[in-house]
Amino acid sequence: MESLTFEYRGGVPIESPRIPVIAGVVGSGNLEILLEAEGPADHCTIVVVTAAAGFGAIWQAVMDDFVARHKPGGVRLSINDVGATPAVVSLRLEQAWDAFQGGSA
Amino acid sequence: MNGDWSRAARSREGRVARGMIAGGGRIVSRQKIIELLEAVIEPGDRVCIEGNNQKQADFLSKSLAATDPAKVRDLHLVQSVLALPSHVDLIERGQVARIDFSFSGPQAGRLAKLVEGGRIQIGAIHTYLELFGRYFIDLTPQVALIAAQMADAEGNLYTGPNTEDTPAIVEATAFKNGLVIAQVNQIVDKLPRVDIPAGWVNFVVQAPTPHYVEPLFTRDPAQISEIQVLMAMMAIKGIYAEYGITRLNHGIGFDTAAIELLLPTYAAELGLRGKICTHWALNPHPTLIPAIEAGFVKSVHCFGSEVGMEPYVAARPDIFFVGADGSMRSNRAFSQTAGHYACDLFIGSTLQIDLAGNSSTATKGRIAGFGGAPNMGADARGRRHASPAWLKAGSEDARNTGMPRGRKLVVQTVETFREHMEPAFVERLDAWEVGESAGMALPPVMIYGDDVSHIITEEGIANLLLCRTAEEREQAIRGVAGYTQVGLARDRRAVENLRDRGIVRRPEDLGINPRLATRDLLAARSIKDLVRASGGLYDPPKRFRNW
Amino acid sequence: MKPKSYYEASARERMAAFLDPGSFQEFLPPTDRVSSPHLRQLDQPGAFDDGILVGSGRLAGHPVLAAAQEGVFMGGAVGEVHGAKLVGLLERTLVTRPAAVILLLETGGVRLHEANAGLVAVSEVMHAVLAVRVAGIPVLVLDGGQFGCFGGMGIVAALCDAVVMSEEGRLGLSGPEVIEASRGVEEFDSRDRALVWRTVGGKHRYLLGEATRLVEDTVPAFREAAIGLLGTLPVFGLEDLEAEHARLQGRLERFGDCRESFEIWTRLGIEDPQALPLLETSAFLAQVGGKRG
Repeated sequence: MESLTFEYRGGVPIESPRIPVIAGVVGSGNLEILLEAEGPADHCTIVVVTAAAGFGAIWQAVMDDFVARHKPGGVRLSINDVGATPAVVSLRLEQAWDAFQGGSA
Repeated sequence: MNGDWSRAARSREGRVARGMIAGGGRIVSRQKIIELLEAVIEPGDRVCIEGNNQKQADFLSKSLAATDPAKVRDLHLVQSVLALPSHVDLIERGQVARIDFSFSGPQAGRLAKLVEGGRIQIGAIHTYLELFGRYFIDLTPQVALIAAQMADAEGNLYTGPNTEDTPAIVEATAFKNGLVIAQVNQIVDKLPRVDIPAGWVNFVVQAPTPHYVEPLFTRDPAQISEIQVLMAMMAIKGIYAEYGITRLNHGIGFDTAAIELLLPTYAAELGLRGKICTHWALNPHPTLIPAIEAGFVKSVHCFGSEVGMEPYVAARPDIFFVGADGSMRSNRAFSQTAGHYACDLFIGSTLQIDLAGNSSTATKGRIAGFGGAPNMGADARGRRHASPAWLKAGSEDARNTGMPRGRKLVVQTVETFREHMEPAFVERLDAWEVGESAGMALPPVMIYGDDVSHIITEEGIANLLLCRTAEEREQAIRGVAGYTQVGLARDRRAVENLRDRGIVRRPEDLGINPRLATRDLLAARSIKDLVRASGGLYDPPKRFRNW
Repeated sequence: MKPKSYYEASARERMAAFLDPGSFQEFLPPTDRVSSPHLRQLDQPGAFDDGILVGSGRLAGHPVLAAAQEGVFMGGAVGEVHGAKLVGLLERTLVTRPAAVILLLETGGVRLHEANAGLVAVSEVMHAVLAVRVAGIPVLVLDGGQFGCFGGMGIVAALCDAVVMSEEGRLGLSGPEVIEASRGVEEFDSRDRALVWRTVGGKHRYLLGEATRLVEDTVPAFREAAIGLLGTLPVFGLEDLEAEHARLQGRLERFGDCRESFEIWTRLGIEDPQALPLLETSAFLAQVGGKRG
């Protein structure tokens, strides 16, 4: 298992209060993402625990794109991953963010 | 010069006479098959053991691998597939000097070892059509070992839904002084119909078990992922609808199965029924059932059949090519020709794509071959008839300057990463190394980059026709290569520029919301749904059932 | 669009669609991060809810407690935390006295990575189920997930008041692969999926009387069946247990020498038993009528 933490600043503060959401399940090639309103208003903290070690640079790139797209502020993402591809990670991130905004996962 | 023009004919007469003695007649008992093969095959013969990725003359192949290596030796195998263990056994027993083939699938690893060990010489790895072509030029078999469903007492054969390669092999062999030996599942008084006349067949043996047929085209909808649904939506909206694709061929993977299952749902919602996907060169894919039942499909010609689809196909004679007896007749050579010349689009997946768009399924330590993909996935430069899709693609093609010309759409659909995070996009194909280690004249490329018109990934569609330079082409490919090394090394500004010109199109550019790409869009989500859609006619193999 | 497949849905999707809309209140939600300490020590992926969600909600207006196992996470296997959540839910029942407890089971049994704790947990679940039943609160099992319901949790299912299955659901003690590994492929070929399903699948379990209801593979069908069972299940007592033992004894005498499901179905007097596996649920129910073991 490998733990990765990504910190971003300069996000747009979310309108509180927000109900935490969870997207995806922990299974081969899949992941679960827990999205919570937490931390300083312009911070976004992402903690990834992954069964596939050695892909930190790809996680960084996927998360950079996600944060650039949505500018999350005051948000914490916690991820349990079992070797999901970037395509699946991106899709789950969008589903989680959509549900967090009040849509449905 | 010499006035003897019938040496080969006399050789055949001699072989037949020896075979009649060894086999005890035209209908040979299975106990005498090895003696028969030893009696009729001569050292150095070109031998075709029929088999492709579907049906296999497995009993004859096993029997050949049990012959005396002192008698049956120095063979030159000329056949579609080296897929059975007994094919490779024959090589390991030292009975084969040379092979020319198309595909080795499950034996790819063993074959690579034999080549590296210098135990066997590969002439070339062909496409099916190419090998069939050479049967009529310089690789005509002296002995063909074929597989049929049934024979009658005279030796007429019924090959039925799985006719496949048989007509091409028999035609070349029987009319050029060769010997045809058929294994059949059954000997009956009256055949449903005659597919191969007795006059072209020399010996018939009833095999102890029916010839093996691989259910290669059955894709369980339960295994289709949301990402594949998304890519299927892009294919339908971004390519099929835009070009008005009516005549086409699909590869056999889950990516294309997803497209088939979105026709009655997503494509129908887009109002595309009757406008796309009407005429097919395709095996009877179970995943096509819902589209057929929804009235999307007008005609399907098949390379071979598919296990469990026979009753459904027989009940849909308006759609499939069905004989007066009620059963389908497939034909690989004709369907390959149809796929090459009469279809406007091929779409399939691959394992690796390089920066020029060349793709290959060859990976280190495996010599897998091509089968039919290169014929389907190549622009037919000899084509002369026009169609709207072909003309539109031709008008976009940067190569076409001056003389108006159409072109085929050849689409590669791949996720940027396969399982275990293997990238689909690479700077250099493994094919280079595979070709070198096997001593091949060319790297084994499945589809050449200049034949590819579009690449679809979960990141979007790259239209390579519209690229004006090699640099643009490279950036277009990098632009849909996502988070692979190839994708991360893209020039972001150049890619955004290509996006402005419609060369790279993201899902949102196509009006597709990735979050709506769910399995709920599939017209069938399980094999059972397919059985339901067929009205109970489809009888899937047991291993695909969960009821 | 077709209704949500129970077989395909995740545990959370099932729970949300099974209960009255918006009524589910989760105990120990993922944000509490009550997950397995053992998996972490073994360097294995964990889940924020340890593969089970438990909570309260309403079913057709009736208050219920419910649990759903996530089969995709380690095959729904029961570890220490997972089991404790289930036991806690059942024990809470004795205090809040809901109309029923509903268990959406999908599990291979005990989680091998934490086998001792898991075994203890499963035995505690069994004990708790019986305590809840004796207290007059019915316990219902839903079984229609991809991983079936096997191992110790297969026994738990048999201890409950009623089991609702789809034909895709499977119920048994040892899973097909386990039987093949220990007794040989001649005894049971786990890759012969038609054989597996006609042996442990929903239809056979219904005909043997182990599944109370057989429903189509949709979440609404499971919901309707569960609603229909509410209020119909008698309070469990010693005489019920003895009656059940007598029924099982009779079943063994009647079918004990059968080697195949088809033989049992023939002996039940069902016409054309070979056709049963391919029938849709409604046609199946019509064909078998009341002929059950």
